[in-house]
Amino acid sequence: MTQAAQQAAIPDEQAEIDAGAGPDPNYNFAYLDEQTKRMIRRAMLKAVAIPGYQVPFASREMPMPYGWGTGGVQVTASIIGPDDVLKVIDQGADDTTNAVSIRQFFERTTDVETTTRTEDASIIQTRHRIPEKALSEDQILVYQVPIPEPLRFLEPRESETRKMHALGEYGLMHVKLYEDIATHGHIATTYAYPVKVNGHYIMDPSPTPKFDNPKMHRMPALQLFGAGREKRIYAIPPHTAVYSLDFEDHPFDVQQWEQPCEICGATDTFLDEVVTDDRGGRMFVCSDTDHCTRDQEAAE
Amino acid sequence: MIGADAKAAGSDLNGTGAPNAGFDNPVLQSQAMYRKLLGAMAQPGRILSCELSLDVPAPLWPTTAAAALTLLDFDTPLWLNPGAAAAPALGNYLRFHSGCPLVEATGNAAFAIISDPAELPPLDSFAAGTDEYPDRSATLLIQVERLDDSRGVILRGPGIECKQTLQAKGLPQGFWQQVQENHAGFPRGVDMIFCAQNQIAALPRSTQVEV
Ligand SMILES: [Zn+2]
Repeated sequence: MTQAAQQAAIPDEQAEIDAGAGPDPNYNFAYLDEQTKRMIRRAMLKAVAIPGYQVPFASREMPMPYGWGTGGVQVTASIIGPDDVLKVIDQGADDTTNAVSIRQFFERTTDVETTTRTEDASIIQTRHRIPEKALSEDQILVYQVPIPEPLRFLEPRESETRKMHALGEYGLMHVKLYEDIATHGHIATTYAYPVKVNGHYIMDPSPTPKFDNPKMHRMPALQLFGAGREKRIYAIPPHTAVYSLDFEDHPFDVQQWEQPCEICGATDTFLDEVVTDDRGGRMFVCSDTDHCTRDQEAAE
Repeated sequence: MIGADAKAAGSDLNGTGAPNAGFDNPVLQSQAMYRKLLGAMAQPGRILSCELSLDVPAPLWPTTAAAALTLLDFDTPLWLNPGAAAAPALGNYLRFHSGCPLVEATGNAAFAIISDPAELPPLDSFAAGTDEYPDRSATLLIQVERLDDSRGVILRGPGIECKQTLQAKGLPQGFWQQVQENHAGFPRGVDMIFCAQNQIAALPRSTQVEV
């Protein structure tokens, strides 16, 4: 792939995307070449067979910067087909720059149908949230992961973290969480809260809020995780046990808010605090915009 | 339907001349087949139907051939059971369409095609990966005459909501004990994909088997 071709593939927000006209003939379907897709597909099969284990893969340059979800994009590009319906969210919202850019990328390179409705999507690519609506066996959730190694901040050497995973030496991780309790009186980690998958590997759920951790447990949908810069793919098959680490005297719990969503009134969703004016006005609203919009419609 | 127009390509039963045609739309047909394989691996023991119309050399079945065309290339050393290795048209077909090197030793294979389950070598003769890199392990494509998920051994584990039954016809004596040993070595181990005439089912190392 020449640099010129890569630059040409950057989705142009000004470009008219002609729905139904077929994928852009200048690129292979879903952008990646077939050899790369096969390599990623093989890595994903191993990831599914070894739940929570990080499979190395030869991550490719994508026509977007790292940090924009190149790992998730490569995973989606390797599974997506013409019959799929794609939803892309960033912090729960379909209309943020990152989500719009990735959605346009796939509209252009695959011409698949896209949606904002969680239940209509066959593939949901996400950064930082799991949709509020329960997912089904017919859906695949693809996470964009910046740092896949949950032990990295304890041990910078890859050879050592590999050994720790191999031997199940997770004492340091428990010590770290316990230090939180000693310092704060509770576990202060609220994002990327570590989980144990199928009673074996400790895994980073990506920077989702710990509010979403319970949704991963026995989720009927297949969960695939792609880290582009770090070149790792991992997976949680459907119905797999996913436990958030905790202690007997300090059990895992999720964030709660004192007020309901100020738009839809939901009391069971993850809320974002948004600034409403330049005089410091603020309100709490659902981070999952599709869920919030729909709740509002249902209430009317 | 995956590969609907391939019949027209004609078959090559005697192993001379051009190899049988592969997918007529490799990009979309391998994507469709991959989703079957991924779905099977994600839901162990669940039988997925694959409506394929691929013209493939004996003793391969269309499901096995489609899985091979989808997953194999020059990066994947392949082992063939003796019956499959003895069919020149088959080696020709796989080399032509995927470029995968054929290996003699089971331990060197990333993939294996076992066209006749009676010729299945011991599972522990294949690469199981290491504790640090359990992904460096073989995937076996095992052809079986028939799959039935209404009876058979009981499967539990990731991908299975409660339990799943599975029976595959023609597996050698002691196979399920070997599968139990394979699971006991988790995270090391091999992963298996059973290919019947129009169906596939998978058995990753993560699955517990009750005989
Ligand atoms: Zn709301």
